Amino acid sequence: MLHSLPNFFHKNQRLRLIALLTTPVLWLVVAYLGALAMLLVTAFFTIDSFTGNVIQQFNLGNFHDMLTDAAYKNVVLRTLGIAISVTFICSVLAIPMAFYMAKIARPRSQKILVALVLTPLWASYLVKIYAWRTMLEPGNGVLDWLLGPIGINSPGFGGPAIIIGLSYLWLPYMILPIYAGLERLPNNLLDASGDLGAHNFYTFRKVILPLIFPSLVAGSMFTFSLSLGDYITAQIIGGKLQMLGNVVYQNFSINLPFAATIAMVPVSIMALYLYLVRRTGALASM
Amino acid sequence: MSSTVIVSIKGLTRSFGDVRAVAGVDLDIYEGEFITLLGPSGSGKTTVLRMIAGFEKPDSGSIELAGKDVSQLPPYERDVNTVFQDYALFPHMNVISNIEYGLKVKGIAKQDCSSRALEALRQVRLEGYGERKPSQLSGGQRQRVALARALVNRPSVLLLDEPLGALDLKLREQMQIELKELQRAVGITFIFVTHDQEEALTMSDRIAVFNNGKIEQLGTPREIYENPISAFVSEFVGQTNKIMIEGSRINIRPELVSVSKSAPSGNRSLQGTLRDVIFVGATTRYLVDTHAGTVISVVPVADLRVGDAVTVSWDKEKEFLVH
Repeated sequence: MLHSLPNFFHKNQRLRLIALLTTPVLWLVVAYLGALAMLLVTAFFTIDSFTGNVIQQFNLGNFHDMLTDAAYKNVVLRTLGIAISVTFICSVLAIPMAFYMAKIARPRSQKILVALVLTPLWASYLVKIYAWRTMLEPGNGVLDWLLGPIGINSPGFGGPAIIIGLSYLWLPYMILPIYAGLERLPNNLLDASGDLGAHNFYTFRKVILPLIFPSLVAGSMFTFSLSLGDYITAQIIGGKLQMLGNVVYQNFSINLPFAATIAMVPVSIMALYLYLVRRTGALASM
Repeated sequence: MSSTVIVSIKGLTRSFGDVRAVAGVDLDIYEGEFITLLGPSGSGKTTVLRMIAGFEKPDSGSIELAGKDVSQLPPYERDVNTVFQDYALFPHMNVISNIEYGLKVKGIAKQDCSSRALEALRQVRLEGYGERKPSQLSGGQRQRVALARALVNRPSVLLLDEPLGALDLKLREQMQIELKELQRAVGITFIFVTHDQEEALTMSDRIAVFNNGKIEQLGTPREIYENPISAFVSEFVGQTNKIMIEGSRINIRPELVSVSKSAPSGNRSLQGTLRDVIFVGATTRYLVDTHAGTVISVVPVADLRVGDAVTVSWDKEKEFLVH
């Protein structure tokens, strides 16, 4: 009897697959797609303005409100702007860093550098953002204390602070895929480019950049989507500035359907982004 | 091949950590010649090539290219091109873009780029493959693209780093002949690195045999094979018998040893027993056990059976005395 179960599975391949995949598939369908579907459905509901109860009736009112109110349009554009800036800053910082790690550092320091890039991920998100709060504090923050004497002031709390904070938070997610991509890039391609007369910048543009493009896309999917959905950073170092996540958070308790409608915006932007990325063909070589 | 020196290497050294990869190399290479740097792995031949290309900087010594010291210049300022061991084709570009790369870098007009690239493609007999990606080509075809990509720049020297190493034997032998013919046709100096002594003998005008970071012997294939200067060269290039006779060690090539049941034909002879006869296609190898060890001969002889008492003999003057 004890041996019969393994034997049974060994003979029946289909059952084996079912046993292997049931749990993850259930998780994906119920917890993930289910929640997403609920979000989508809820976005079309409305709320009784007197009792505050959700009325389960299909209408486009929320979408109409969201698209016509200039305040929401501003939040969408601002959030998009922040996510793009963060992604851009992370790429600009990550490429040379990853290049040094993958191509210049010795094998031993390479491992240490990877560990160092990963270390901030062990610390709590909140701790890191509060740390930035003390750094950015206008007047008596670390930045003002350090850079004040040479005439540079802290940007204070607001948009720039959010961009700095998020860039700091998501940088490892950009460095790691680019590092992996550069590791895979054979050194002799760089030699060959130089051998054929190309300066380093030409080699970067024509050989390195096209070949690590899929890694860059992978990294940007993290930095971009994580920035689009963030609201805690904005709350702590954003001053009065709101991002999409903050609007969702505010409406969550008072107008759940409207919160769901707003939440559809980053989801749709991400879907569009993935579609555009797919068209470049970068996903195929990931 | 002219008598003009195109590459002049003097006192070249290079260490990696504690390892002296190149330990003082002097070498003059003439315009239009096919010279092979031959040696076992770790003998420094590839490092010398990489220093000529500019991928490595020498610790000391100089490399003159057409009379100008280039040893401190970056690769892109040297008039040499390299064919890499595993081709190093750009995987995201098609064959034509790969070949045009060097021309575009130099800002050559678009029309000239494509006409020269097509010409190079014809030279390596790959017409019609221009639109393919490197991943859609066989090893031999990639090899040709790598060659075209380098030659299209008309460098004064072409460096080849074990370019045939990844090909199978048949294709390798075919490419050896093609490369040699191509070199004659374009008249460019070829510096070829290999560890395959047969390849070196087949293709080269001259061979520089490397050992422990130094050139052990420099000469034509015939000189190297027939008059090796050291035990290392005599054992590394070609097959050789290593025998102890009268307290000294000698090396003798198998094709200089004859086996017979009757009288010896050379002035050095040993008695022995025929242990085995191995048929290897074009030749047959006779293994004879003597008191000085096993002696191999490849000189054909009729009517011998395993176990026969035989005499192996050769001319004393042809043997190489190991000191």
